[in-house]
Amino acid sequence: MSLLCETPNLSRRAVLMSGGALFAWAYLPRFARAAGNRDPRLIVIVLRGALDGLSTVGPVGDPDYAGLHGDIALSLSGANPALPLDGFFAVNPAMPVFARLFRAGQATVVHAAATGYRDRSHFDGQDVLESGLPGPGNATTGWLNRALASLPAGDRIAKAGGLAVGPSTPLVIRGAAPVLGWAPQALPTPGDALVERVLDLYDHRDPVLAAALRKGLDADRMATGDALDGKTMKPKGGLDNAAGMRQSAQGAARLMAADDGPRIAALAFDGWDTHVNEGGATGRLANLLGGLDGAFEEFEKGLGSRWKDTTVVAITEFGRTARINGTVGTDHGTGTVVLLAGGAIKGGRVIADWPGLKPAQLYEQRDLAPTSDVRAVLKGLLADQFGLSAALLGDKVFPESAALKPMRDLIA
Amino acid sequence: MALTASNATPPDPVLVALNRFGLGARPGDERGKIAADPRGYLKAELKQQDIALISPDDPRNAGLLDSTAAIQASMTAAAERKAARDLKTAPTIPPTAVEEPGGSGETGSKPAVPRVEADIYRGEAQARFDKALNADAGLVERLVGFWSNHFCVSAAKAPVVRASAGAFEREAIRPFALGRFADMLLAVEHHPAMLFYLDNQQSIGPDSRAGKRRGRGLNENLAREILELHTLGVGSGYSQADVTSFAGMLTGWTMAGRNGRLGEPGAFVFNANTHQPGEATLLGKTYPGGGMGQAEAALNDIARHPATARHIATKLARHFISDDPPPPAIARLAAVFTKTDGDLLAMAVALIDMPEAWSTPLAKLRSPLDYVVALRRAIGSTAGNEPQRSLRWLRALGEPLWQPPGPNGFSDQTDAWTSPEGLKTRLDIAWQAARQAQDIGNPDEMLASLIGTSVSAETRQAISRAESRQQGLALLLMAPEFQRR
Repeated sequence: MSLLCETPNLSRRAVLMSGGALFAWAYLPRFARAAGNRDPRLIVIVLRGALDGLSTVGPVGDPDYAGLHGDIALSLSGANPALPLDGFFAVNPAMPVFARLFRAGQATVVHAAATGYRDRSHFDGQDVLESGLPGPGNATTGWLNRALASLPAGDRIAKAGGLAVGPSTPLVIRGAAPVLGWAPQALPTPGDALVERVLDLYDHRDPVLAAALRKGLDADRMATGDALDGKTMKPKGGLDNAAGMRQSAQGAARLMAADDGPRIAALAFDGWDTHVNEGGATGRLANLLGGLDGAFEEFEKGLGSRWKDTTVVAITEFGRTARINGTVGTDHGTGTVVLLAGGAIKGGRVIADWPGLKPAQLYEQRDLAPTSDVRAVLKGLLADQFGLSAALLGDKVFPESAALKPMRDLIA
Repeated sequence: MALTASNATPPDPVLVALNRFGLGARPGDERGKIAADPRGYLKAELKQQDIALISPDDPRNAGLLDSTAAIQASMTAAAERKAARDLKTAPTIPPTAVEEPGGSGETGSKPAVPRVEADIYRGEAQARFDKALNADAGLVERLVGFWSNHFCVSAAKAPVVRASAGAFEREAIRPFALGRFADMLLAVEHHPAMLFYLDNQQSIGPDSRAGKRRGRGLNENLAREILELHTLGVGSGYSQADVTSFAGMLTGWTMAGRNGRLGEPGAFVFNANTHQPGEATLLGKTYPGGGMGQAEAALNDIARHPATARHIATKLARHFISDDPPPPAIARLAAVFTKTDGDLLAMAVALIDMPEAWSTPLAKLRSPLDYVVALRRAIGSTAGNEPQRSLRWLRALGEPLWQPPGPNGFSDQTDAWTSPEGLKTRLDIAWQAARQAQDIGNPDEMLASLIGTSVSAETRQAISRAESRQQGLALLLMAPEFQRR
């Protein structure tokens, strides 16, 4: 099963790969402007590759953290100090926007979180995360689309449909409810045409630089290799560079800010599989986190007065090992973070039933033990943003999860 | 080596002037004028009034603090941080860390971000980038960079050094970059940033009043690095006894603390109480006791030592000519150093007049700092842009500003910078810069104004065949002709 193969039944989906894509909103049916006072928006960012939650929001107050996370541990001192959130947690210094929103009461972290999935395959983990099903399987629809489809037919949110950002539709928003596709116009990275041209030039003119650059690019590819099961995380059409993340958020925000624009969107950012040279306060992961931070900023700016009713949630399939590996990276793990930002968020706090990092406290003696369920967070958002009932959420949106209560109180 | 073609033909004199000696071309440069007299172009920059200075009296630099004020600000901030920490009851683990958002009194107990030092550092970085972007060829800024790296301090050492690293360069390096080496040496070793960076404030003469009372002793760090790195050079014949003896002479050279007991907080002070009394010997010469003058006399002597002349000549030739500079060039530079009593303007002129500087292939890789500045000059980045992005780039490239890994500074060898990660990062940066550049002109014209007629056929072809102007500019910024100097 491939979670990104095109499913044929995506009615009204219009993927505009390039060329005037920003005007895609023109394809949307127009609705009368709603009279209601609250006009909630929900943006889901899927971070594919498994985000290292301990390097994103570091438990700098945990005495075991620095020892386990080694050279890449965040710290409140040193050249690039992490940005303190409370007395115990600090966010990666690559995320100043998130830290600012947190201080302004517009961002929250749920730490030590995981879905119900406990194995360590990216593909299955992403399936579970995006489908909302209790386990991996032949998923063709995502929880966000099923939530959209559950809204009453006349509902403003349902009518406007969902927005899928990127060259392919993330599973999380696939399904029966109408979804508009939008891709930022031409997002070449130094990863494609330019790289070939520079290498070609160096091959002819400067073999020393050619050899070095080639090795640097190889290391980058190795870093996305899957050390545990031998598979390789191939680019899946998502965005794996900071500029692209920012640009896609900018475009999505413009579409969503329109009175008749979509109220629900899904984006997928790739590249979080940091087995090699992950970096801490600076480096590979920090660059990506800077891109995510840029996306938060673009949503805040682009949504303008709508920001106050908006929730952005960033989720990932699982976390990474608490202890760094032999290549100054981390391998596939379990517990990680859910990042929430937006004017609708009751922010300024880190929500964590902190499990601790002593060997016996780690999940299977290696991973941050999960104490919160990502689905509970998502259910809480859907319940409080869109008024979906617990019964519906536990049955249709996240099947077989009735026992798992929505985490209320996330929305201000 | 890398550029085989240039082994046969001497490099384009305009590129020697702008890249080997300077910080890179800017779109508006008058290349015809430079080509007519490249040596004269460089020498004219050296003659500009106060060209090496960043003066806080200039209204553009109004926000810059002298080192005493900067260190005082850092001391005050540190005291406030400590008070805030002490106030905290510090629960080790907030079990379900759910605080009331905006809850009463919570903000007051949060640990403050070390903002003060970061702001000062950023302001200093901004002034430095502005100066480099506005310079003509940029030779003087290259010389400042060279000496700043030779006499480096690291902002990573402590907040006090982060706050004063920029002021250190403005106060101890720039005024002497075209002056006398001995004067720079004296200014550097008196500077609180250096004394703090190399731990001299902890060094106590065992026989001093304080030493006898507290049973504390010498810290040799500063003395050793002065001999090994700042003056004579490693393996030049000094012994451990010389290091120990010199360390004794330097005792008492310190910075007044926050309580002001010794003097104005943050300023240099000689503390006779910790100074090792009596005469001392360095390199066979005996210096009579008598306080601060003892080490000053020793510094004045070693500044003029033949080993120092050779050490400085070698480093300058390596920086401006090649990783393995020709021995005759080193010998001539050392002779100029000795003959002129370490006149650094004369040294700069001697470098410009070296035939080797104009015949050696442009094979050195630009350091990250020079690359970032050259790139910003090339894309017409206006002065006054916030420096955050450049500082980020420098961190990613492994040369964070005023933050070398050790007292020997950043490497000046090409091998150190042709790393796979470094090249990959340069590509990312070139692409970022090209994507964000405003009003990119015709790529062929950019090539003419930034590299010129000596460009290789391959580079010219790659740029003219680019898919977009952005890609053309990125290729130009990655071209060997742009990377090497």
